[in-house]
Amino acid sequence: MVLFLLMFLAPLGYAAYLSLFREKLIGGNAFVGLDNYVTALKDPLLRQGVLRVATFFVIQVPLMLLLALAFALALDSGLLRLARVIRLGIFVPYAVPSVVATLMWGYLYGPDFGPFAQLSEKLGLPVPHFLSDGWMLGSLANIVTWEFVGYNMIILYAALRTVPQELYEAAAMDGAGAWRTAWSIKLPALRPALLLTLLFSVIGSFQLFNEPKLLQPVAPDVIDNAYTANLYAYSLAFTGQQVNYSAAVSFFLGLVIVIFSYAVLFIANRRRTS
Amino acid sequence: MTTTTSPSTSRPAPPATTTGARRTARGQRRRSTGRRSTPLTIVMLAVLAYFLLPLFWLAVSSTKSTQDLFTTFGLWFSHAPQLLENVRETVTHDDGVFLHWLLNTVLYSVGSALGAALLAAAAGYGFAKYRFRGNNAAFALVLGAIMIPTTALAIPTYLLFAKVDLVNTPWAIVLPSLVSPFGLYLMRIYAADAVPDSLLEAARIDGAGELRIFVTIALRLLAPGLVTVVLFTLVATWNNYFLPLIMLNDPKLYPVTVGLSSWASQAFGGGSGANSNMLALVVTGSLISVIPLVVAFLLLQRYWQSGLATGGVKQ
Repeated sequence: MVLFLLMFLAPLGYAAYLSLFREKLIGGNAFVGLDNYVTALKDPLLRQGVLRVATFFVIQVPLMLLLALAFALALDSGLLRLARVIRLGIFVPYAVPSVVATLMWGYLYGPDFGPFAQLSEKLGLPVPHFLSDGWMLGSLANIVTWEFVGYNMIILYAALRTVPQELYEAAAMDGAGAWRTAWSIKLPALRPALLLTLLFSVIGSFQLFNEPKLLQPVAPDVIDNAYTANLYAYSLAFTGQQVNYSAAVSFFLGLVIVIFSYAVLFIANRRRTS
Repeated sequence: MTTTTSPSTSRPAPPATTTGARRTARGQRRRSTGRRSTPLTIVMLAVLAYFLLPLFWLAVSSTKSTQDLFTTFGLWFSHAPQLLENVRETVTHDDGVFLHWLLNTVLYSVGSALGAALLAAAAGYGFAKYRFRGNNAAFALVLGAIMIPTTALAIPTYLLFAKVDLVNTPWAIVLPSLVSPFGLYLMRIYAADAVPDSLLEAARIDGAGELRIFVTIALRLLAPGLVTVVLFTLVATWNNYFLPLIMLNDPKLYPVTVGLSSWASQAFGGGSGANSNMLALVVTGSLISVIPLVVAFLLLQRYWQSGLATGGVKQ
């Protein structure tokens, strides 16, 4: 029992130590109080980065979750041939490191030698500039969606499989068709799982880092060092040497994420009660 | 086969027999009904093509020389496939640094996955089966910790490790990965179901100590959940890029992800000359680094799918 307590307290203590350190850091060399945070709030670069990931979140997450939901329902409907192959195939990108995923898509997007560019050249169409300013956010969204639709789909699909069979039987006896069953039985049953995937997506999209960081060498003009909030914190600490400020920025970012997550939870819970 | 067995196992069929019976059959073996939808299958196959397209590109491209990468059509093989040559060059380039990276990745991810799973199992089991002061408050903290983004913690962690000289050592990667709030959460739910209280009582009456109960009884019952946590921590560490990127600056310690991206930026930034062949190496290296995880997921699918179900359903 004591052992379990210890085992459990170890990570907690680790987190507590971290949080102490963060305070000590801000008051470290010279005590500046909350000055770093004031600076952060006024920082146009940070605001721009946060806004950009917020835009990303609003566009990408609903799209990804809707797709995941549609795929999960299609798989669960039992109407598919090769369902197993399709399910695993869609999931496979999750096992691909985001580094590799971004490298792959980076080449595919390429305006000179990417297959899309080659194809449209052959067909005499204008070459799509996936890596230009206007397209970049969409291209990033495509990469992230590609990576995580399968993961979310599997969570939803797993939740669907646990719906008790009697419910379907009852619905069928009441004359409900496939669509009606999906709407009245499957969707309500999916609510907790959907909430879980939504929460993970909030967390994931606000700390967007790998994909823009890795596309930076390919499109240096579009992705600056403050393209996303997290990228900004990183470049502050490691190229700007502004360690204290960087810690404040990442803490601030964490705060934004926690607030967003609780907002999502709150809205979801209120819907449930009303 | 299903059409003959299903009516006998289902209840007396209502007037609308055909749909009712089929629906039941679908439930018992959902994937083996006679009723299939070809349009839906075609749509999903198109979707599948989208998801496999980049991987197909990767496999095709790994057979090409850097020159062919630029000059031949991206989605089909070139005239002179040279996969083996690429692989050889990838693993021998720079004194076989790629193999170092691969080994590092395996060490980091296996180490953190096993450690994290054990910790999560012990803590989750503790939460599920013992009442202690601050039980609920502590668990609420854990739930809160799920929401704290790991990346936002990474820079503070780096600063902390820099103080105690852990930066640029393998520990800098493994230690932060050991703490898995989501794993703990999963294990708690799993332990509450999988380990019956009566079994623990019986063991206590027989005089087994708590530690022994955990090791000999609980861990065994928790095995499927453990596999899930191991697998997902494994993926998280294997694919982790941000943490090693900031923690390590010795190329010998890089995991594959950081190593590949450093090659990639050489390939893009260096232009011609000594780096002109980097691109093929990056592509081949990517392919090699992808294979082990994909295989692991395919082999262990039974486990992680049931484990995810546990986490997603009960909130």
